[in-house]
Amino acid sequence: MLDKRMPLDAIVAELRDGMTIAIGGWATRRKPMALVRAIARSSLKDLTVIAYGGPDVGVLAASGKIRQLIFAFVSMDQIPIEPHFKAARQAGMQVWEMDEGMLHWGLRAAAMHLPFLPTRVGIGTAIADDPRFRTVTSPYDDGETLIAMPALRPDVALLHVHRSDEKGNVLTLSPDPFFDELMARAAERTFVTAETVVSTAELGLPGNARHHLVERALITGVAEAPFGAHPTSAAPDYQIDMAHLRAYTAAEGEAWAAYREQYVDVDQAAYVAAVGGAEAIRAIPAPIY
Amino acid sequence: MAEHQATLADLLVAACAEVWRGDPEWLATGITPIPRLGASLAKLSFNPRLMITDGENMFLEEPAPIGPRDGGPTAEGWAPYARTFDNLWGGRRHALVAPVQLDRFGQSNISVIGDHAAPKAALLGARGFPGNSISHPNSYFFPAHNRRALVEGEVDFVCSAGYNPERWLDGKIPHRLELRRVVTNLCVMDFGGPAHAIRLVSLHPGVPIEEVRDNTGFDVLVEDGEIAETAVPDEAALAIIRRLDPHDIRASLIKGNPPAIRAG
Repeated sequence: MLDKRMPLDAIVAELRDGMTIAIGGWATRRKPMALVRAIARSSLKDLTVIAYGGPDVGVLAASGKIRQLIFAFVSMDQIPIEPHFKAARQAGMQVWEMDEGMLHWGLRAAAMHLPFLPTRVGIGTAIADDPRFRTVTSPYDDGETLIAMPALRPDVALLHVHRSDEKGNVLTLSPDPFFDELMARAAERTFVTAETVVSTAELGLPGNARHHLVERALITGVAEAPFGAHPTSAAPDYQIDMAHLRAYTAAEGEAWAAYREQYVDVDQAAYVAAVGGAEAIRAIPAPIY
Repeated sequence: MAEHQATLADLLVAACAEVWRGDPEWLATGITPIPRLGASLAKLSFNPRLMITDGENMFLEEPAPIGPRDGGPTAEGWAPYARTFDNLWGGRRHALVAPVQLDRFGQSNISVIGDHAAPKAALLGARGFPGNSISHPNSYFFPAHNRRALVEGEVDFVCSAGYNPERWLDGKIPHRLELRRVVTNLCVMDFGGPAHAIRLVSLHPGVPIEEVRDNTGFDVLVEDGEIAETAVPDEAALAIIRRLDPHDIRASLIKGNPPAIRAG
């Protein structure tokens, strides 16, 4: 029998200094935050992070884990400026900045095992000044010059899902799957945290077929981590904790040490207790956009 | 007189709505509350074809009021990010967004202030601005019209393409680059001058042209003849705006919440 279950820290033990890590979710939604905090506690260093960034990037940046960030934005939406990313960026963190769609395209190229995908996105902007982007000429009659978005090939993708069985059949139940599937296809290996590990029958297929993220052969390991996306959302199970994100935002500079001690340097069970417990997390109201 | 009850914020919502007048059946995206209220007002008053989202991942049959609300309008479609990209690359969208800086070419910036390699202030990152700018029409909103926002020279980091041939590939205008309007707390402008130079469309009531010139880092073309005045929303438009913003969030977005018609 396939059994891909492993503890959170065993996933971290699979990572190495200098790796390129893609982190799933989008800004304040379905980020594998329990895993991110576990990385922040580890001795890992010099990571290249690929993300549609939110507090995942902020926590790793504040913990000195990021050598280079490949990104289109880091934001918490209703809190537009991510303070820990901002501080690290201003202190010299290396970045490779691109459009959201270019990031999508780079992951898709890798997922399709292609060297690049052509795009017009970036043309006319300072993004195109970056020598890491090259152009390609259409071989057809149009002869158009396009940007050749290079494949982005992470060593590892880290995703948070709602349900998994022990074989790595995973469901994301939230209304937007974001680009997690492409990250899993682009990466050498993919590890997920799951709200709940259930039996295969309890996945509810084929009814939940549209929530089935990717074929299980792409999933290397599964760690059960209830509330593992908090303070980001894993809707419909729970919503964004804006109150916590405001406290996190306020923990700038010298205040970071106290935040870190209370919320990062603790295991996931202690974290859930520190943020108010399971019932409080389930009771967080949906954000209003 | 109804128009005396209108605030500058109301007038800006109405001026934002105007950018979508006559648009075909496509997605109207307004980012930050006043542009969003503008998109909603356009849909509810003169362009019901427009598609509107809830700001997250659903298309809505009717625009949702901003701020705390009970329930919400009926969803009419799904708009996850992957589909948002597919739609915008197909060109069926007109976005009105609020950058930090804009230059005379219509290039905008939300990434950094200062040098990109060593920024004085790191902001969001380019987000979807590069792709938006070469895929579908775009308009821009500035709640505080000043020289830090409407800059001399180029913006600090060009996130969205503009009418700057120096940045075009092969000297060709980028595919579907089409900048429509710039709405600020002082005036409305477009790109109707020679070589798409920025041109004054209307001044908000009571704003002198000198104030626009003094607060803009580039030349704004003013055509000969009488300068138009931005329309103050009528009672019907005000009623819709109040319904869409029942908590008067818009009042907090413009410094001092002044009336639409500036006191002489």
